[in-house]
Amino acid sequence: MTAAAVGSGPAPASGAPTDQAPGACAAGAPESECLVRIRGLRFSHGPRVIFDDVDLDIRRGSVTAVMGPSGTGKTTLLKLISGQLRPDAGTIEVDGEPVHALRQSALFELRRRMGMLFQSGALLTDLSVFDNVAYPLREHLRLCPAMVRKLVLLKLEAVGLRGARDLKPNELSGGMARRVALARAIALDPMMILYDEPFTGQDPISMGVLVSLIRQLNDASRLTSIVVSHDVRETASIADYIYVISNGRVMAAGTPTAIAAERSEWVRQFMDGLPDGPVHFHYPAPDLAADLLTWGVG
Amino acid sequence: MAKQRSIEVLVGAFMAAALVALFFLAMKVSNLGTSPTADGYRVTARFANAGSLKVRAPVSMAGVRVGRVEEIRFDKKTYEAVVTMRIENGVDTIPDDTFANIFTAGLLGEQYVGLEPGGSEDFVRDGDELTQTQSALILEQMIGQFLFSKAEEGGK
Amino acid sequence: MAFKALRRGARAVVNAVLDPVAELGRSGLKALAGLGRAHLLFLHILAGSAEVLWRPRLLLAQVFNVGVLSVLIVAVSGLFVGMVLALQGFYVLSQFGAEESLGVMVAASLVRELGPVVTALLVAGRAGSALTAEIGLMKATEQLAGLEMMAVDPVRRILTPRFYGGLISMPLLVALFSAVGVLGGYFVGVGLLGVDDGAFWSQMQSKVDFREDVVNGVIKGLVFGVVVTWIALFQGYDATPTSAGVSRATTRAVVHAALAVLALDFVLTALMFGN
Repeated sequence: MTAAAVGSGPAPASGAPTDQAPGACAAGAPESECLVRIRGLRFSHGPRVIFDDVDLDIRRGSVTAVMGPSGTGKTTLLKLISGQLRPDAGTIEVDGEPVHALRQSALFELRRRMGMLFQSGALLTDLSVFDNVAYPLREHLRLCPAMVRKLVLLKLEAVGLRGARDLKPNELSGGMARRVALARAIALDPMMILYDEPFTGQDPISMGVLVSLIRQLNDASRLTSIVVSHDVRETASIADYIYVISNGRVMAAGTPTAIAAERSEWVRQFMDGLPDGPVHFHYPAPDLAADLLTWGVG
Repeated sequence: MAKQRSIEVLVGAFMAAALVALFFLAMKVSNLGTSPTADGYRVTARFANAGSLKVRAPVSMAGVRVGRVEEIRFDKKTYEAVVTMRIENGVDTIPDDTFANIFTAGLLGEQYVGLEPGGSEDFVRDGDELTQTQSALILEQMIGQFLFSKAEEGGK
Repeated sequence: MAFKALRRGARAVVNAVLDPVAELGRSGLKALAGLGRAHLLFLHILAGSAEVLWRPRLLLAQVFNVGVLSVLIVAVSGLFVGMVLALQGFYVLSQFGAEESLGVMVAASLVRELGPVVTALLVAGRAGSALTAEIGLMKATEQLAGLEMMAVDPVRRILTPRFYGGLISMPLLVALFSAVGVLGGYFVGVGLLGVDDGAFWSQMQSKVDFREDVVNGVIKGLVFGVVVTWIALFQGYDATPTSAGVSRATTRAVVHAALAVLALDFVLTALMFGN
C-alpha cells in the first residue's frame, strides 16, 4: 500500500489499540500501558531554564503530539527522551528503563528500538538512498546481502521511494529526503519513532504524504509516535493526544477535541494562530517614545 | 563496487610507491647500502691527539674507504686517544706495521684515518693494535712551530 | 558625598585593572577546557581502534582520502623544494669549492627537516582542512546525531578510521617527499650545474645515516600525522554547527596544526639530533 492510496487525514487501520481511548496513561495505569513516563523533568541550557518540573506520559501505540511556540525546547524534549541530553533533575523512563541513568552500551541497546526523524533528514551524504536505509541493518544485524536487499526494498516501498534507491541524498527533494530518513528510522522495526518538526518547509503535497505516512506507519507497525511540531492543523489531525508546552511548563494536555474546547486564552491564541494575546507581538522593550528620545549608542 | 576496487588499487599503488621511496632513501641516499655496520673486524690505534676526528669517520687506504671509525675514547693512564676502527672483512691483508695517520680532507673538510701499509708479512687481525701512528695536525701548533723556526733563523 | 564619589572612583579604577586580568583568566580557562575535550576525544578515538581492524574497508577509504589524494601535491612540492635546495646550496658551496657536498646538503636537509615538516604542512592544508569541514558539516547536518540515534558511535565509526588513515599516510608521504626531493636536487645539481655524478651520491651516502636520519625523519612524519589528524578531527567535532562555525573551525584546524607541527619539530629535533 502506498502512502498516496491512504489519502490525507487520520485513517487509522482497524485493530490498532489506540483509537478508542487516546490519552495519557492514568496515574495507576499498568506499566505496559505507558511507554514513556517523564516525572519532574528539569533542564536548563546555561542560564535559560527550558523545562521546569514537567510531567509527561506517552501511551503505547498512540501518536502523541508535542506542540508549542518555537524555542520552547520541543526538540530538546526529544533529545532528552532519546538520551542525547541528560536532565538536571527528574526521571525519564522509556519502556521501563531510566534513560537518564543508562550507560552508553545500555543506551545504544535501547536506541536500537527507537527511531528518530531529524528535521534535516540527517542522511549520510556519501551513501546512496539504498545504502542509507541499509546502514542500520548492516551495522546491527548479520544478514546476508540478499536479505538486506529485500528488507530495504520493503522499507522503501512503505515510503513510496523504491524507485529512488540509487539516488544520492543531494538529488532528493526535502520531502523525499525525509521519507528516506523515515524508511531508515523504521529499518530495525523500532517500538517508537520520534519526529522532529516533520512538516516544516514542506509543500502541501509532501506535507499530506508525510501526515498520512506517520499515521499509517504507526498503526500498521504498532509503533508509538511522538511528533514535535508547531504546525497546529496537520498535527492535530493525526494526533491521539496533544501536549502544549511553553515557558518550560505543560500549558495544556488532552485529546485534539479537548484541546479545541480548551478555554485558556493562551492555548486559544496558539491553536488559532492569533497575532496578539497573552503572548505579545512585541518582545519586551521599554516604551518606544522614551527609547527614541534616549541619546547615545546602543 | 567498481569504485571500491579502484580505491583498493590506488591505495595499493600509493603504498608501493612510498615503500619504493623508502627503499631509495635507505639504499641510495643513506649509508645502509654501503656499510654493513656489524660486519668487519676491529683494529685499534693510539694517537697523541685525535684532533676533531668523529665516530663514523671513514678509514681509507690509498684513498679508498675500507672501514669506519667505531669508537674514540681517552686512555687516562697514557693520556692518549684510543681509536677503534672497523675494517671491512674483504680487506684482510693489512700489514701489522701499517702506519695510521689522521688526515684532513681538503682545507676545511672532515678528518679521517688514513692507513699507509708497511712491509711486514704478517697481517693484522681482529683486536690487534696499530702501533705506528701520527696525530692530527693542529693548525695552531703548526703556526706556532713555523713562527718559532723563523725566529730561530732570524736569531742566527 | 565627596567620600562616596571617591569610593566610586576607586572602584572604577580597580575594575579597570581587574577586567583585563579576568578576561585573560577566562580565555585561559576556555583554552584549558578545549584542551581537555581534545584529549577526551583522543581517548575516545583510540577506544575504537579494534573496530578499524574489523572493518579494513573504512580504513582503506581514508588512506585513499588522506594519502592517495595528497600524493600529487606532495610529490610536486618535494620536486621543487629539492631543486631549489640544490640551486641555493650550489651557490653557497661553490664559494668554498665544496660543490661535491651538494648531495649531502640536499639529502640531509630534506630527510631530517624539510621532508617531515613541509609534508605535514601540506597535509594539514590539503587533507586536514577537508577532514574538519567534513566532520563539521556532518555535525551541522545532524548526521552525527543521526548515527548516534541508530545506536552507532559516530566517533568510533567516523573519526577513528580517519585518524588511522592520517596516521598511516603521513610517514609514507614523508618518504615520498624526501625521495622525490633528492631526485629533484640530483636533476638540478648533476644535470644542470655539472656536479660530479659519483661525488653527489657517494658523499651523500657517507654522511646520511639510515637510522639517524631517514628513520628519524619518518618517525617525525608519524608524530606529525597523529597531531595533524587529531587537531583536524577535534576542530570538526567541536565546531559550532553552523556554516560560520564550520568555516572558523577549518581555519583554526590549519593554523593550529601548522603551529603544532613547527613547535613539535623543534622538540623532536632537539630530542633526536641534539646530544
